[in-house]
Amino acid sequence: MKKIIIAMVMVAMSSLAHAAGGKIHLDEANIDLTDQASLQRGAKLFVNYCLNCHSANFMRYNRMGKDLGLTDKQVEDNLMFTTDKVGNLMDVAMTTTDGEKWFGTTPPDLSVISRAKGSGDVGANWLYTYFRSFYVDESRPFGMNNTVFKDVGMPHVLWELQGGQKLMNAEAVKDGAKPEFALTSTGSMTTEEYDTAARDLTNFLVYMGEPSKLKRLALGPWVLAFLVFFFFVAYAMKKEYWKDIH
Amino acid sequence: MSMLEKTLGWVDDRFPLTKMWKEHLSEYYAPKNFNFWYFFGSLALLVLVLQILTGIWLTMSYKPDADMAFASVEFIMRDVEWGWLIRYLHSTGASAFFIVVYLHMYRGLMYGSYKQPRELIWLFGMFIYLALMAEAFLGYLLPWGQMSFWGAQVIVNLFAAVPFVGPDLAVWIRGDFVVGDATLNRFFALHVIALPIVLLGLVVAHIIALHEVGSNNPDGVEIKKNKGADGIPVDGIPFHPYYSVKDIVGVVVFLFFFAVVVFYMPELGGWFLEKDNFVPANPLQTPEHIVPLWYFTPFYAILRAVPPMFGSQFPGVMAMGLAIVFLFLLPWLDRSPVKSIRYRGGLYKFALAVFIISFIALGRLGTLPAGGIYLTLSQIFSILYFAFFILMPWYTTIDKTKPVPERVTFK
Repeated sequence: MKKIIIAMVMVAMSSLAHAAGGKIHLDEANIDLTDQASLQRGAKLFVNYCLNCHSANFMRYNRMGKDLGLTDKQVEDNLMFTTDKVGNLMDVAMTTTDGEKWFGTTPPDLSVISRAKGSGDVGANWLYTYFRSFYVDESRPFGMNNTVFKDVGMPHVLWELQGGQKLMNAEAVKDGAKPEFALTSTGSMTTEEYDTAARDLTNFLVYMGEPSKLKRLALGPWVLAFLVFFFFVAYAMKKEYWKDIH
Repeated sequence: MSMLEKTLGWVDDRFPLTKMWKEHLSEYYAPKNFNFWYFFGSLALLVLVLQILTGIWLTMSYKPDADMAFASVEFIMRDVEWGWLIRYLHSTGASAFFIVVYLHMYRGLMYGSYKQPRELIWLFGMFIYLALMAEAFLGYLLPWGQMSFWGAQVIVNLFAAVPFVGPDLAVWIRGDFVVGDATLNRFFALHVIALPIVLLGLVVAHIIALHEVGSNNPDGVEIKKNKGADGIPVDGIPFHPYYSVKDIVGVVVFLFFFAVVVFYMPELGGWFLEKDNFVPANPLQTPEHIVPLWYFTPFYAILRAVPPMFGSQFPGVMAMGLAIVFLFLLPWLDRSPVKSIRYRGGLYKFALAVFIISFIALGRLGTLPAGGIYLTLSQIFSILYFAFFILMPWYTTIDKTKPVPERVTFK
């Protein structure tokens, strides 16, 4: 009987192991939410390159400043272009109708985009790889495509930083291989510099997805330590009460 | 007489406070051999209180409006003091509730706690489980993410499969032709008022029924059959202080694991908070896979395992309903003379093992796309799931049982 049970479990497990195919290769983002310099650089990239078409409707400028170690004045002078109140949300003037007309789809709000792309590190890896995976594809309206987000409506707005690149192994990528790119024109950054910029921007987007994350992680050990301590107290009390029960 | 005693006497003359304290705590005699599996009843009560308290605080900032719901949840996560903690406690609590309740029900299956004279406790418990599923389903719409929206769309459409009245029934439930603002508003009302009241009432009934007949135990021995000269069961100990202090230990251990999820992995890899629910509801864009949260997936797998008949999905819906109805019937399907698995024969042990494996496998299959090998497996495990119930009167009758001891044992 046990053999039958084991056999059934094996069948269940083996079939579950190779779940949905068509996997996309993602690079490791290795972001560091405690690196405030990186977050500040990411915020600068974000407000300059993203926050014109995309909004971040759930994020406030001053909350961002507080978490990134910036004063309200610094935020107002360097990171605020579309509003004059530091307590405002990071919204944009572009309407959804305009977005649809210009890009074929409304650019999504980016407040929680890092969490929408996957839990754990997956969201960060997705974004980091996405920023670095635009390649020349003349069949697309903006002349660019992306290996992570096929036929994406967004033009490669960081093109002036990265330069243009060609996809060398298009066929293999379809089967989940790591894409190989070759630069066709140079941008204002070297590949290493651009990777760092992509990492900074990813770092910022992950921060923005959950601004309380560092606070949550910092509180965790204290809560767990208290529970461990309290366990010994509770267990000793239980032992004391139960010593005459046989 | 001290001031306190005087006050207590005054109250007792007008309300049975001391009497109730004795009946349900200090003079409620529980078997002394409860094991690990007996923590989950009190833990379910703990999670219920946690959900109600965090729920009250969430409603203070949540907006049940299709245009504002998603943003109000993010407002809670960012701008409300400790809002992120309250929200994660509630979202983790929802899944924890089902984990605790499933383990609590499994305990009932192992030790025959549903058997005579505890049929009503089991029935009340099953109604709690039903109310809990409704509560979870209604609450899941509230964040108004993609999975909230499409999950509700799929589940409400199940009602549309009912012959003749189906489509009208679905419109009546939604209050609209699609899931919309009207749906969100009524689900909110049901989630925060109607179902919690039903749940609390059923929990009270569950506990009153339990305290009327007394608790079962891992040996399935009726401790009331063996009373001392003082009329107290010799194998019974007062719930308070013995089990109150013991349950505190269980609570602390539970909270440890709970806190690990809340503080370190509130999404639990997408099992507790799905990534698609961080995208606002969009009626024009269907997500790739619409998957209910993990606690519904066994029934979802059964639903999909049944092929449409006569162009109707109704047979699948019926099968899913039956999967739950059969659980209600357990006390009358089980013909075994003994309660506990300790004294049952190999047949029941085997049947229970197959049932648990089927339930878990169906749960996993419910999260995967239906088709090919997954569909075949879903069908096999669905048949095994139902076989556990349908064949139960037979295998519990012919099963070879062992003699049950007179007194409880510590194993």
